[in-house]
Parts: sequence; C-alpha cells; structure tokens
Amino acid sequence: MAKGVKPRVKVPKSAAAGDVITIKTLISHKMESGVRKDGDGNIIPRSIINRFVADFNGQNIIDVTLEPAISTNPYFQFDAMVSEAGEFKFTWYDDDGSVYETSKKIKIA
Amino acid sequence: AASLSGMPAFASKTDDAIAAFTGGASVAEGGIELTAPEIAENGNTVPVSVTAPGAVSIMLLATGNPTPAVATFNFGPMAGARSGATRIRLAKTQDVVAVAKMEDGSFRQAGATVKVTIGGCGG
Repeated sequence: MAKGVKPRVKVPKSAAAGDVITIKTLISHKMESGVRKDGDGNIIPRSIINRFVADFNGQNIIDVTLEPAISTNPYFQFDAMVSEAGEFKFTWYDDDGSVYETSKKIKIA
Repeated sequence: AASLSGMPAFASKTDDAIAAFTGGASVAEGGIELTAPEIAENGNTVPVSVTAPGAVSIMLLATGNPTPAVATFNFGPMAGARSGATRIRLAKTQDVVAVAKMEDGSFRQAGATVKVTIGGCGG
C-alpha cells in the first residue's frame, strides 16, 4: 500500500434542488509512472491510482480511467447534479489493490 | 527520412489509441473544447480541461509521451456537465488531443499544442 495517501474533496454544504455544483478532488499519491529510473538505472516499478469514481446517492457522476500520465497527487474537477439531499461518495482504486474512500453530505437549502 | 525522427511511431500510437476508442469510426472536429496552457514551464503538472456537451465519455491523449494514453472520463446520470479537469504529465512539447464519444454514437475531436520547458516523465 502506498504511504500517506490522503483523499481531499471540496463539495458545497448545501445547494438548491436541481442545482449543478462543482466538485474538486485531490488525493495525495506519488503516481509512480513506471518509466522513471533510479540512481542505478533500474526502472522504478509503476504504482498509480488507476480509477476514480464519484457517485451521488448510489448513482454515478463520473468514472475516470487514469494512466501514468496523470500527475502526482491526482486532481479532478467536475460538475454534479444535485436532485435531492444526500451523500457523495468518492472512491480511488490503487494498482496495489488498495481502495481509498471518502464521502460528503449535502443539504437542500 | 521522417521515420528516423521517432515522431511517426508516437503518432501511430496515438492513431491506434483513437482507433481503439472509436472502433475505427470517423472523427469530426467541433462540439468539443480542450483547454490547455500554451506554455507549460513544468511538464510534471499541466492543467487541462475538456468540455463536450452531449458526450458519454472523453479520452485524453498526449501524442508526444512514450505512452499517449492519459485518462478517460466516463459520465454517469448525475453528471452536471460533460466536462472534467485534471493535471497531466507531458514529456516534451507536443499536441494534447481529446476525443469524445457522443450520445448519438458519433465522435468529436479537439487538440491543443503545449510548449513544455521541463519534461515531466523523469527520463
């Protein structure tokens, strides 16, 4: 498991029903691309997050496939529809099988 | 002589990636907007965003990277817009390409040239 992986997401606390809101997510991860070499010329093995999923009340917002060309600490910004009060769920899948999750609730103002 | 430059190999990798995404269907220009900086001082983290109203998925490619694939956004029923932004690695000055699969099954493409000062693949 990669060390020090910490997901961070920015979601408004409340919205009006039917609103489109912008969500920002960032997860600290080294995203080792598998093409870098260490001091001895050996290739450092690939170790990345390969998939990111965002859901709202069990329905998918966005499902992203990540390749090694995504920067260290993968960042995503996207828009979501808020039809009702509920919970956003964010999931990141690591090459090593680890799964990182976080969630945020939103109220209808 | 052009084949000695190494670029055609990368170009065909990009073409292969696009063909795998579209299944060989033709790709039209327009209806998709790709935003990337003209000059990126640090190729390790280049902000890009893409918008394609009516897209079901959007694939991002970096034509000059050793491996062109960057990311694919798939939109679900709760997507508020068919758009996404992220930060990518670019090995050198090159074209970034976005290909969108639309709801009607057609494909759209847009590109942007990014000048890279320091490459981002640690080579």
